Amino acid sequence: MRRRPLGLWLAAAAGYAFLYIPLVIVVVYSFNDSRLNAEWVGFTLGWYDKLFHDDDMLVAAGNSLAIGLVASAVSTVLGTMAGVALYRHPMRLLSGLVLAPIAIPEILMGVSLLIFFVLLNFTLGLVSVALAHITFCIGFVAIVVRARLAGMDEDLIEAARDCGATPWKAFRHITLPLIMPGVIAGALMAFTLSIDDFVITFFTAGAGTVTLPLQIYSMIKIAVTPEVNAVSTLLMLLTLALIIIASRLSPSLFQTDRE
Amino acid sequence: MARPTKRWGKWLVGGPPLVYLLVFFAAPTLIMVLASFRTPGDFGGLAPLVDSAGKLDLNLDSYARFFTESVYAEIFLKSVGYALLTTLFCLTLAYPLAVLIARAGKQYRNLLLLLVILPFWSNFLIRIYAWMIILGPQAALARGVNGVLAAFGHEPVPLLFSSFAVLVCLVYVHLPFMVLPLYANLEKHDQSLLDAAQDLGANRWQRFWRITFPLSLPGVYAGAALVFIPALGIFAIPDILGGPDDSLIGNVIKQQFLETRDWPFGSVLSIVLTVAALVLAALAAWVGRRNLVTPSSVEASRA
Repeated sequence: MRRRPLGLWLAAAAGYAFLYIPLVIVVVYSFNDSRLNAEWVGFTLGWYDKLFHDDDMLVAAGNSLAIGLVASAVSTVLGTMAGVALYRHPMRLLSGLVLAPIAIPEILMGVSLLIFFVLLNFTLGLVSVALAHITFCIGFVAIVVRARLAGMDEDLIEAARDCGATPWKAFRHITLPLIMPGVIAGALMAFTLSIDDFVITFFTAGAGTVTLPLQIYSMIKIAVTPEVNAVSTLLMLLTLALIIIASRLSPSLFQTDRE
Repeated sequence: MARPTKRWGKWLVGGPPLVYLLVFFAAPTLIMVLASFRTPGDFGGLAPLVDSAGKLDLNLDSYARFFTESVYAEIFLKSVGYALLTTLFCLTLAYPLAVLIARAGKQYRNLLLLLVILPFWSNFLIRIYAWMIILGPQAALARGVNGVLAAFGHEPVPLLFSSFAVLVCLVYVHLPFMVLPLYANLEKHDQSLLDAAQDLGANRWQRFWRITFPLSLPGVYAGAALVFIPALGIFAIPDILGGPDDSLIGNVIKQQFLETRDWPFGSVLSIVLTVAALVLAALAAWVGRRNLVTPSSVEASRA
């Protein structure tokens, strides 16, 4: 084994520090007994208490949760279908449409959906946001499900079909249980993406509807208080938990070395 | 043996997501392309597609405006400049991280990789907000920097609401996108090439610049595309951390849709942005393919 040079270790350590110090600062100051995010004064849970009595924030959290649940449920079903279809058949149009929303700049999707909903006289609000979120979540679910299918033993399906199972029965009793960890991982990812989305929500929510990221945006644009740190800390904890569960269920999510 | 159900089964399974994406992705995109040729409405939005004389009202006015009013071309070039700088800084920071992860013991690799990805999964706005705190005028960093500047008799400089803040945050937000493809490539390198070079007397720098780096180019280009495309269209970072001169193309698009309500011009800007991003990404992919050196790097570029 060749010795790794000290410079490499230092550079990589600096890289990790750069990635984590900002997030740690947000968390630490959420417990700080001072209105200013500038220096440590003393420990308090006051900002969390304020958070749970902030009606605007609670409404925003409720909206985010509702949108996230609907968007992840629908996109998991559609994304799983897309993943299965793409694994079995070379459908070029579908594969392009599944990947395009991930590949293009987010702002393009936001403004084109805004034009679309307004021209159709579709009221902007919770429903338009959920419809928009489903659009970009389908691709992520499809990719995870397809990766899971690629690792599946084809012979099992063949055996089931040879024993007289219909395609639906073979899917229901063999394929689906086998790809289930991938499907659940995809659902968790979709929920996380939905609850975190800012850009597309910003354009499709309209004036009256607020989600957590939109609420955080208006708070940091107007007046910064450590209440933002408190809500950020809770949101990070939630995302962290979901992503760690997803990565346990579908290790391929975090391994770029497939095939 | 082909089964007859396969033919319609394909549409039964693939059909619903296909229809959904046609309605909520393809149709809105086409409507936006069409909107870029239409006339802005008197009160924002779009003028009727067919005017009072019964003529189809499509024109190139908004495109002409983009190419004649130099302020927009300038903002666009500035955005390209920010995105390129972001890509370059990301590459510099990501390379040591990716090398370290690729050479770490197998049991640590996934953990080290997960540690790079996790910040990406924390909320985008929280990551911007974190830099508001770090660069704030009362924070230790600004006081330290300005203390040093004062010692040299220099005027204090604001760190927040500056191009510096925008750039730091752009790099911060996009760094994981560069590490992943680089790692995927580096992890496949054949260690024996480096051993052979060492046996032949190549020092560390020669081994890096003549073997590791050229072999990693497909990963570099893939990472560059993944960083450049989203960085070009960003509006929240300049909006929150930038000064008045740091408006980028994303901010102008946002302004056209939500404040000025000139949809045709906003659509033109969005299309120019997307075309530029995709052309540069395709260019990166093409250059990457031309630079293939070994079969192992072919594999890596596909990962």
